[in-house]
Amino acid sequence: MLANLPYYVAAWLFLCGLYGIVRSRHLVHTVISLTVLQSSTYVLLLAIGFRKGGYAPIFADIAPGVITVDPVVQALMLTDVVVEVTVVALLLAMVVKAFEKGGTTRPDDLRFMRG
Amino acid sequence: MTEKRRLLLFFAGAIGVASVYCAGIRNMPPFGHYRGPYGDVIARLAVYERHTTDTVNAITYDYRGFDTLGEEFILFSAVTGVMLLLRPETQERRRRETEGENPESFRDRAALSETVQVFTTGMFGFAVLFGIYIGTHGQLTPGGGFQGGVIIAAAPMLLYVAENTDAFRRILSHPLMEFFEALGAAGYAVVGLVALAFSAPFLTNVLPLGKTGDVFSSGTIAVISACVGVEVGAGFMLVTYEYLREILSREKNTED
Amino acid sequence: MMILGAGLLVLIAISALVIVRTDDVTNQILALSFYGLLFALLFFLFQAPDVALSQITVGAIALPLMVMLAITRMKHRGELKAQGQAEKGHD
Repeated sequence: MLANLPYYVAAWLFLCGLYGIVRSRHLVHTVISLTVLQSSTYVLLLAIGFRKGGYAPIFADIAPGVITVDPVVQALMLTDVVVEVTVVALLLAMVVKAFEKGGTTRPDDLRFMRG
Repeated sequence: MTEKRRLLLFFAGAIGVASVYCAGIRNMPPFGHYRGPYGDVIARLAVYERHTTDTVNAITYDYRGFDTLGEEFILFSAVTGVMLLLRPETQERRRRETEGENPESFRDRAALSETVQVFTTGMFGFAVLFGIYIGTHGQLTPGGGFQGGVIIAAAPMLLYVAENTDAFRRILSHPLMEFFEALGAAGYAVVGLVALAFSAPFLTNVLPLGKTGDVFSSGTIAVISACVGVEVGAGFMLVTYEYLREILSREKNTED
Repeated sequence: MMILGAGLLVLIAISALVIVRTDDVTNQILALSFYGLLFALLFFLFQAPDVALSQITVGAIALPLMVMLAITRMKHRGELKAQGQAEKGHD
């Protein structure tokens, strides 16, 4: 089981983030828990692409043909990390606006948003 | 639904998810035994096909360049969303003009020592230079447009920390910032359209590939990386300015 | 090397729980910054330097920065509202 530790940690991070969203009393806390939720996918993706004894896929120092880890998965994660922070900025702008209109940051008290 | 009931429902669901997930992990290849063919194929061929030494950036800007175009536009629309949400509304502008300013909270700070101010302001130049270096060497070493753009955009915060809010506000509220963000986003699409002029599919690498290891190598990868760097940097600076707009205009009024 | 990776993963799991259980938002930003740095270390161990560079600049600097800007703006609005109510109360 220890050999598959990254997979279990990915599931644990996912459930932690979800627990934070369910239990949060402050809207900014909800957004940060969403960040934790998203970071679980980074651990899972990297764990899939890892190869024991593999080098980093940058061939500036090593000769092409040496065993490396998977570069495709890293390319997926590179843009993901940067785009995540911009989406968090958008979510926080919505939180700021909800605070200005509603006067509170507790999700349970924002009653004017109910249909 | 009360909080206790919500938590109970969550725990019931979490136990279900965890058990199904653990049953699924048992059939996966063990950690460290990567099986898939694509990673090995690209790692072996990217250096020869694209004359680049950084295969991750070759995948991001060339082999899967269309996905990165989509992600860049996610960034662009998120920045547009922030600017739309946080723009000053007409009620606020009218109220801010009528009522007097009383910003005492900004005056009772301890003054920053001059050594710290001078060093931090000096570091701003180094930070921008480092960001440009990382952004333009994406095809050779780890780096590229996204990272370089974020470093450049985080550099003006050094000015804010050094209490040089005048320069900070003048940099962030420059009218050309929106132009540069749009230029970066459109530049990526234009580079893709240039390939159509060479009668090749959209976003093909049609520029001369150069020698591996040079800065001017690997064709469109360097150009796309520069466009993305400009767009990410300008986008982050716009978002920072939108959040701090009121606080900065108040500090401007106190210093007069 | 594998022991370091395992220890880092356990530390990440613990600090995720810490982030989620912290109630004060300003304290959460510090925990988030630490969490981002741990991730950058993990990416280095997983032989992913590009992603580690992204994570250092974004997850340890830009993300806490964005959250701090939002909290500052909300506090600023709270002060404005309190001043407005105080002035209305004096009238």
